[in-house]
Amino acid sequence: MMRSMWTKRSLTAAGVAAAGALVLSGCGQAPDEAPEAAGGEESVDYKACIVSDAGGWDDQSFNQSGYEGLMAAVDEFGIEHAEAQSQSDADFGPNVDSMVQQGCNVVFGVGFLLEEALHDAAEANPETDFALIDSTFSDADGNPAELENGKPLVFNTAEAAYLAGYVAAAMSETGTVATFGGMQIPSVTIFMDGFADGVDRYNEDNGEDVQLLGWNKESQQGSFSGDFDNQSQGRTIAEQFLSQDADVIMPVAGPVGLGAAAAIDEVDDAKLIWVDSDGYESTEHGDIILTSVLKQISQAVYDTVEEGVNDQFDATPYVGTLENEGVGLAPFHDFEDEVPQEVKDKVDELRQEIISGETVVETENAP
Amino acid sequence: MSAGGTGENEPRDEARAGALAQAEGRVARALREMGQSSWLVSVLAVVLALIAGGVLILAANREVQATLGYFFARPVDFFAVSWQVLTDAYSALFRGAVFDWQAPSAVRTIRPITETMVYSVPLILSGLGIAIGFRSGMLNIGGQGQIILGASFAGFIGYWMQLPVGLHLLLALLGGALGGAIWGGIAGVLKARTGANEVIVTIMLNNIAIYLLAWLLQQRWFTQTDSNQPQSAAVAESAQLFGLLGPQFRLHAGFILAILATLAVWWLMERSTLGFEFRAIGENPEAARTAGISVVKATALVLIIAGALSGLGGAAHVLGTEHRLTGGIAGTLGFDAITVALLGRSRPLGTFLAGLLFGGLKAGGVLMQSQTGTPIDIVLVLQSVIVLLIAAPPLVRAIFFLPRPGGRPPASSRRARRQRSAAKKEVAA
Repeated sequence: MMRSMWTKRSLTAAGVAAAGALVLSGCGQAPDEAPEAAGGEESVDYKACIVSDAGGWDDQSFNQSGYEGLMAAVDEFGIEHAEAQSQSDADFGPNVDSMVQQGCNVVFGVGFLLEEALHDAAEANPETDFALIDSTFSDADGNPAELENGKPLVFNTAEAAYLAGYVAAAMSETGTVATFGGMQIPSVTIFMDGFADGVDRYNEDNGEDVQLLGWNKESQQGSFSGDFDNQSQGRTIAEQFLSQDADVIMPVAGPVGLGAAAAIDEVDDAKLIWVDSDGYESTEHGDIILTSVLKQISQAVYDTVEEGVNDQFDATPYVGTLENEGVGLAPFHDFEDEVPQEVKDKVDELRQEIISGETVVETENAP
Repeated sequence: MSAGGTGENEPRDEARAGALAQAEGRVARALREMGQSSWLVSVLAVVLALIAGGVLILAANREVQATLGYFFARPVDFFAVSWQVLTDAYSALFRGAVFDWQAPSAVRTIRPITETMVYSVPLILSGLGIAIGFRSGMLNIGGQGQIILGASFAGFIGYWMQLPVGLHLLLALLGGALGGAIWGGIAGVLKARTGANEVIVTIMLNNIAIYLLAWLLQQRWFTQTDSNQPQSAAVAESAQLFGLLGPQFRLHAGFILAILATLAVWWLMERSTLGFEFRAIGENPEAARTAGISVVKATALVLIIAGALSGLGGAAHVLGTEHRLTGGIAGTLGFDAITVALLGRSRPLGTFLAGLLFGGLKAGGVLMQSQTGTPIDIVLVLQSVIVLLIAAPPLVRAIFFLPRPGGRPPASSRRARRQRSAAKKEVAA
């Protein structure tokens, strides 16, 4: 009895508080007509849908990029959309199924973990298109598979990371640079492979001996924070690198990189290389960000929706490269004046070499 | 030591209750009270949670926010839109969990209830394990780790071995139970032999299990694939839990397993000697020792059996629906299972029903999110509010009467003195 009385009272109190808020905020004019139901004008009869992995739309990484790309397309083309965040791996199948059931024209899945769910749905629903972000499709034994209605959106970020590795090595005053990953998965280690090769290239071309900490491309072993959430772990790893004299660090770990940024903030003359988005704009650490390795997931999603809206969906894999600008190196921003012109020229040269195929950034983690 | 039927147990329980009431640890007391609060509280908790969730759904909805801007000019809009939004969201939750009257086909109409069952399988199995711990006075927070180990053992046996149908499945399930039992057993033996706090040990074992699986998934011998992705091969068909209703449904034999496990746990806790010993050490370990029960053995066995059940839950999860091991295979199952056991009052049937409810919330959440755009976090809020309402009153009371922080004092005399003074306060209050 006591309990229910107490609950009632507190509910009343909450009601009073809510009413108070209404008095303050609810004095506006009523619109002339009752507001329309959601949707508004619909110029095209098309529905684009997206399913996240467990990271959710606010992961400051590929879920967020994919979502932003989809919403940009929704705004631009006036199409319908639906979204589903997965809370755990067990939600992938049901979420994708739910999208198919409600008549989505294209369903995006973010991350290799959704491969199986999208793969199964694509085979069962030939009328619906599917696009898998950051992974290719594969059969039960792990061999590559091609689907007529399944488009992989993958990014050869090693190419851009190669340029970043060269810049990092060139800008290091201590002769030591570092990188670490969130988890040891191909879409992370591909950055680290490219970075390692870029550092090697600098050493070869200039007869230097810049050391790379945190990743050994040969043995495929290095430093990982273990997840994409724990910023204090990122800070700990970065502090270890700093204490080993590293002065340029590239975290490939989504928000965990912010922990590394905090560690770098506290020392003089150390710099950060951000990944995925241009960290100068997406984070508050612009003053220490030398450059960023860009991975244009948003653009790829947007382009895929555009193809679908124009009835030109094509299951050919999209591979983001330096050539099609699906990956790239962000501007130096605050460091524009500090980076010597010869390094900038060399980066342009390397970019051309990679585009022309003269230099091939090899990695076993390539998509 | 023989325990006969309940007819024999209950008078003894009652007789002991008076004497034991003063000699309980604070945690055990809170747990026991939780177990004894009425069923009405559970139901009311669910209702209140739906109300709280409703407020949040409205608060997060843009259309509702828009009507609030001119509330005093035309309040009808606010109520009309709010009603619309709420009924949309909760009817979608219901349609996704029980019966979808808007579905395009007959199969789709009845499929939701089977999805609820699918989601509930690991929750029920693991929840039963947690419930056994609660009734034996142990806070087993290690469901997560035990599920991971169970899933890993079962999955590995499932894709690595080639065996005939039936035998393969049986071996994989047993392997899962063994995996969970080992993980629970580590905590159980440590507690029994050294008095290590099972809460801390099981939490730490959760972390070890997570990183162990992450490491295993980097090893080619373990994943049995050529891919670099941290994901195992798929479980062979002979080891998969077979479907019960055909290919259009995901419902699998794991649900039967959950029912059998519920019955088995009921028999264990209510009818068997071992279950009587478990409950006795839960009520009062010292009295149990005096009565001739081997507290060391019983303590270890509680966590071993609890671990086996959680491991079985992990096995059913990977053999029934997931088929591949990934780093996130356990999701938040281990923690949801604690909630399920709490809501179920640590009773087998209660846990079963609570598992179904939470399975329904998960299944319904999928449809609610994708069709009405209601944030999926609302489901988490519902679950959390339910637990809060169930767990808080007795906990708050226990803390109120026994304000001294910290765990149980080691010396029994100190404990008795403290409890006596607490009892006095209680009388005064």
